[in-house]
Amino acid sequence: MQLKKVKSSLKPGWYFMQGDEACAEGAIAVGCRYYAGYPITPASEIMIRMVHRLPEVGGAFIQMEDEIASIASVIGASWAGAKALTATSGPGISLMIEAIGYATITETPCVIVDVQRAGPSTGQATRPAQGDIMQVKWGPHGDNEIIALSPWSVQEMYDLTIKAFNLAERFRVPTFILADEAVGHLRETLVVKEELEVYDRYKAPGLPPFGTEEPNGVPPMPSFGEGANLLVTGSTHDSWGFRKTADSAVQARLTERLVRKVKDFKSEIVATENHFLDDAVVGVVAYGFTARAAFRAVKTLRSQGIKAGLLRLISIWPFAEEAIAELGKQCGVIFVPEMNRGQVAGELKKYTSTPVISLPKTNGEVIEPGEIVAGIRRNMA
Amino acid sequence: MKGETGLPVKEKKKKPTRIHINQKWCKGCYICLEACPKKVFEKSPEVAEKGFNPVVVAHSEQCTHCWQCEMLCPDLAIHVAKES
Amino acid sequence: MNEKIFQMINQEAFPTPFCPGCGHGILMGAILRAIAELEYDLKQMLFVSGIGCAAWIPSPHFKADTLHTLHGRAIAYATGAKLYNPKLKVVVISGDGDLSSIGGNHLIHAARRNMDMTVICANNSIYGMTGGQMASTTPLGSLTATTPKGNQEPPFDLCKLAEAAGATYVARHPVATPIPLIRTLKKAMAHQGFAFVEVLSPCPTQFGRRNAFPTAFAMIKALKSSCLSVEKAKNLSQEDLLGKVIVGELVNANI
Repeated sequence: MQLKKVKSSLKPGWYFMQGDEACAEGAIAVGCRYYAGYPITPASEIMIRMVHRLPEVGGAFIQMEDEIASIASVIGASWAGAKALTATSGPGISLMIEAIGYATITETPCVIVDVQRAGPSTGQATRPAQGDIMQVKWGPHGDNEIIALSPWSVQEMYDLTIKAFNLAERFRVPTFILADEAVGHLRETLVVKEELEVYDRYKAPGLPPFGTEEPNGVPPMPSFGEGANLLVTGSTHDSWGFRKTADSAVQARLTERLVRKVKDFKSEIVATENHFLDDAVVGVVAYGFTARAAFRAVKTLRSQGIKAGLLRLISIWPFAEEAIAELGKQCGVIFVPEMNRGQVAGELKKYTSTPVISLPKTNGEVIEPGEIVAGIRRNMA
Repeated sequence: MKGETGLPVKEKKKKPTRIHINQKWCKGCYICLEACPKKVFEKSPEVAEKGFNPVVVAHSEQCTHCWQCEMLCPDLAIHVAKES
Repeated sequence: MNEKIFQMINQEAFPTPFCPGCGHGILMGAILRAIAELEYDLKQMLFVSGIGCAAWIPSPHFKADTLHTLHGRAIAYATGAKLYNPKLKVVVISGDGDLSSIGGNHLIHAARRNMDMTVICANNSIYGMTGGQMASTTPLGSLTATTPKGNQEPPFDLCKLAEAAGATYVARHPVATPIPLIRTLKKAMAHQGFAFVEVLSPCPTQFGRRNAFPTAFAMIKALKSSCLSVEKAKNLSQEDLLGKVIVGELVNANI
C-alpha cells in the first residue's frame, strides 16, 4: 500500500478523550469529509463530534431520516469523491445491510462504525456486546468479502479508524470498525503524533472502473463530475458498468474477483497481537474490549503457574486463519471469551482441530479478568 | 390561384420532408402511425424478422412537421427533417 | 428535430429494453430534448435512479454519470453526492412505486429540506418490471396482478404529497403532450431547490392489457382526454372535474 504522510489535524500531544470522539478525530485526520448518520445509542457521540468538526475542515454533514438513508448518502458521496463515514449500532447495521451489499458489488470505499450493544433487536441500548461479528460479513445476501477491525482502546478507536479508511480505499470495499459500547464510551489517553499515513484513492482516467486484469484485482475509481460517464449499478456488470444480467461469464468473473481481491492480499489486512504466546500451551483468543480482560487474565494465570498466552485479533475480517492454525499447533486448548454466544469461537473451529472452548457472556456487562481465569481453570480441572 | 375567401393568394412552395425510421430501433408500437394527423405512415404488408409489420413512410408529402411522431416515439427511432 | 440528443446517448445500448409503446421511452426523449435546449453540460450532471423500468431511463442510456441504486433509495444516494459536490446538477429519474412506496420516506424528507435536485417521477401506476402488481398510485378499481378484483386502495396524489412535504416546484404532465412536458422539465431542472415533476407515463404491457386498452396509442389518447390544465380547471365545477387529472405547474415558490 503506497501511503503518503500528512500532518495530524489535531495538535500533536496527549488527549483525554472518549472512544467515540477519538473515532471521529481519526476520521477527520485521515481526510473524511462527509458524514451522514442517524442518532442511536451508543454511537451518537461520533455524529455529534462530526457535526462540529466537519465544517471546521470544509466537509459536509447531514443527519438523515434513517440509517438506510445515511448509508445510501455515504455511498453517493463516496462516488462524488469523498472519504465518507457513518456510525451506528446493531439495529442500524440491520437496516444498512442491503446498502452494504450494494457497496460491495459497486466496490465503493466507505467506513461504517458499529458501536455494538446488547441485542438481539432493541436489546439493551446502553450496554456493551460483541454480537455483530457475523452480521457485518454475512448480513447481505451473496458472498461478501469486507474488512472489519476491532479496537480495544481509545487509542485504537483513533488509529484503527485511520487504518479503516486507508484499507477501504486500497481495496474498494465497505470497511467496518467493530467497536462496542464499552470502548466507545470509555475515556482514556489518546496520543496524537505529528504525522499519519494516508492512502489516496487510485485514479487512472480512461481505464475501466469496474474490472481489471491487474493481479491485485482493484480497478481505479473515477468520481462524478470528471467526465468519466460512470455507470454505477448494483446489478451484475462488466468492467465498464454495463449491466450483464444474463451473462454467466461476467457473473463468474465479477463474483470471483470481488472475493479474490481481498482474500489474496489478506497479509495487508490481517493484524493480530501476541502476548505471552512464545511458550504458551493454553491459548486465549480475544478481541475488542474483552481482550483487555483477557490480557489481565493471562497474566494472572501465569502467576498461578499456567502457561497461558493471548492472541488478540485486531482485524476480524478477513479472518486470521493462519494465526489460528499456528496457535492450534502450539496449544492444547484454546479459549475464546466474547460478549456473544460464541461467534468467533465457532469460526476458529474451521481452522484448527485443537479443542476450542467458548466462554460466552451476554448479560450486557463486560467480561472481567477473574471470570476468564475461572472459566479456564474450571475447564482444565 | 384563389384561396378560400376567393381572393388571390401566393402559391406557397411546400418544402419536401425527409422522414427517416430507424428500423433497427423501432419496435412496432404504431404510436406514430395512430398519432399522425396526416396519415403519413402505414404498416408494411410483410412481417419483418422481429415479428411485426414494420412502419413505413407512405405519404411524406402530407407531413406538416408537427413532430408528434418524433416526440412520441419511445425509441427515438423517427427523425423528421425539412429538406433545405 | 433535435439531433443533439443522439450525441447524449450510449448508442450501443439501443434499441432500449423498454416494451413497444412504453411511456418511459417517450419521457426519455423529452428529458434529453429538455437538457439539449437548456444547453447544459452533461459532464456536470448526475442522473440517479432506483430500481424498476423508469430507473432504466438514464442507466445505461445517457452518456453521462449515472448512479443506478437500490429500490426506493435514489434520492438518498443523490443527497450524498450533491452535498459533497454541490456543483453537480443532480436529476433523479425513477418510478412511482420506487419513489413513493418503498422510497416515500426519502422523498418527503428531501422535499422538506428543499434539497437542490430535480426528481422526475415516471408514474405508470403499476409495478411494471416485476409483472404488473399494484402500486401506491394505482387508480381505484384498476386491475393488476395483485388486485384481480379491482384495486380497493385509494392512490396517492403525488403532487400534493410533494407540495405538503415542502417541494418548491411541483408539476405534472402526461407524456402524451411532449411539448408542455419538455417546457416544464426545463423549468424544473433550472429550479433552485427541490423540484418534483410527476410524468404520467403509460405501461401498455402490464396496465394497458389488464385494463382494456387495446394499443399503446389508446393509452396516449386516454391521457390526453383525461388531463386538464390547471388554468382551465380553475373555472370548472366539481362535477366537471370528476375523472379529470389536473396537469401543469402546480407549485412554483420562486415566482
